[in-house]
Amino acid sequence: MIQASLTELAAALGARKISSVELTTLFLDRIDALNPTLNAFITVDHDGALAAARAADARLAAGTAGPLTGIPIAHKDVFCTEGVRTTCASKMLENFVSPYDAHVVGQLKAAGAVMLGKTNMDEFAMGSSNENTFFGAARNPWDTTRVTGGSSGGSAVAVAARLSPMATGTDTGGSVRQPAALTGVTGIKPSYGVVSRYGMIAYASSLDQGGAFGRSAEDCALLLTAMAGFDPRDSTSLEREREDYSRALNQPLAGLRIGLPKEFFADGMDDDVRAAIDAALAHYRQLGATTVEVSLPNAKLAIPAYYVIAPAEASSNLSRFDGVRYGHRAADYTDLADMYGKSRAEGFGAEVKRRILVGTYVLSHGYYDAYYLQAQKLRRLIAEDFQRAFEHCDVIAGPTSPTVAWTLGEKNDDPVQMYLQDIYTIAVNLAGLPGLSLPCGTGAGDLPVGLQLIGNYFDEAHLLNVAHGFQQGTDWHRRTPAVG
Amino acid sequence: MSLSLDEVRHIARLARIELGDADATDTLAKLNSIFGLIEQMQAVDTRDVEPMSHPQELAQRLRPDSVTETDRRDAFLRVAPQTEAGLYLVPQVIE
Repeated sequence: MIQASLTELAAALGARKISSVELTTLFLDRIDALNPTLNAFITVDHDGALAAARAADARLAAGTAGPLTGIPIAHKDVFCTEGVRTTCASKMLENFVSPYDAHVVGQLKAAGAVMLGKTNMDEFAMGSSNENTFFGAARNPWDTTRVTGGSSGGSAVAVAARLSPMATGTDTGGSVRQPAALTGVTGIKPSYGVVSRYGMIAYASSLDQGGAFGRSAEDCALLLTAMAGFDPRDSTSLEREREDYSRALNQPLAGLRIGLPKEFFADGMDDDVRAAIDAALAHYRQLGATTVEVSLPNAKLAIPAYYVIAPAEASSNLSRFDGVRYGHRAADYTDLADMYGKSRAEGFGAEVKRRILVGTYVLSHGYYDAYYLQAQKLRRLIAEDFQRAFEHCDVIAGPTSPTVAWTLGEKNDDPVQMYLQDIYTIAVNLAGLPGLSLPCGTGAGDLPVGLQLIGNYFDEAHLLNVAHGFQQGTDWHRRTPAVG
Repeated sequence: MSLSLDEVRHIARLARIELGDADATDTLAKLNSIFGLIEQMQAVDTRDVEPMSHPQELAQRLRPDSVTETDRRDAFLRVAPQTEAGLYLVPQVIE
């Protein structure tokens, strides 16, 4: 059962071969056995999960079940869950219990999915290794001395180690795609505005976007269909018709034009990653696709521009954590300013503080034009590069990450080295395009390598189709780590 | 560009994050390394480029001016560190 796809699970539940309570218990038992090693979950909600499973069983018996009814799910701990604590992996929110559900959480509850718990992440989604967390690093199930990637590391691990059949994540600069690549699962970040940000604790509001983790593109399509949709409570949620993201999965790939940005294939990618990517592209050619070189000349500026825009937005968003309405408040202080300063110094981790300071500086008087405005201008150049590339291709492909998962602690003392890991993913967020990572091979140490597919705006169903076509003829996505 | 220790302390004050002397030195080194990366932006001439603030440049959506929220004051106050009589408590601001 732990290897079954969402479609297979729904069929088994529908045929009463297994109940949701049995399925949920199976995954809760796996979490209890393996989470001490993997640290994928910050909070496990045994009682809530079993109650939701019983309700799902009633729906299944009554014939009112949908495609996800009774299937367990893990939510990144950035999504607010009424009655279950939401920490954002921060001491600041260690004991925070949200009075409401995030839109995504509400949608999945309504669909009858069974929440197992809340997954580990980099604090406030700031990081690329899931080491910036108050609750201890998540560990890669392929080699527990290695990082999971981040920021949605716990969700990626939950799916990779079969602690949950599916999981939600968020992606501001690669936080779904990169951990998906490093743990060997499939992850999709849709176009900006497709998934509501209501109740998703904000990091960088013009970049943050909810996404889906699954074992396959087929599973991601089902989950994304349940997550996406217009929500008037998010002013940037797009008023679009609801979509069935599974609708195009089985389209043939003959004639597909895959653009390969020459900048992605220049120096910087490790040889083992390159070999796996090249083999994946060869497989696509066998399926009838053609590859064409395209250029994203400003892509190299994505990281510097991102590290202005994201911290600027973060410094504003995180000003709400002041020890007054929610979150950590220092025990001793002399006056209001001292209470703010101490509460925030104690509540935030080092990387979060650094990004708030960078953001405060670039927005401060006299520096706005040189930094924030310049970054926004580069953002336009980067977005325009993609549009020019899409004149010559249907999707863009390349590596998700320049390396396989690295050793815990290896890059922790050098923020810039950590930032450079997101070289292939960040430009996609700046442009607001959809991106997907799928397992396409292994590199050194038998560690997973992810192939990134980038589509034009609202091409999610097509991206999932391109990934599904690959997964029909390969079994990288079926490999399971031997853990525990 | 290189920040000074005084500038780092000033930014920390603006951000309302207390910064001890030991932390300030380490923070200074890391911020300067981050700004070293950010400075790469300045190599590009962007004189005629319109800034892009958002991926989907849409007008702000408006809604009818009517009450849509219910009163959940108690639920929201319950998560606050210190409250009294339906109010958030903070240290005295005005003497």
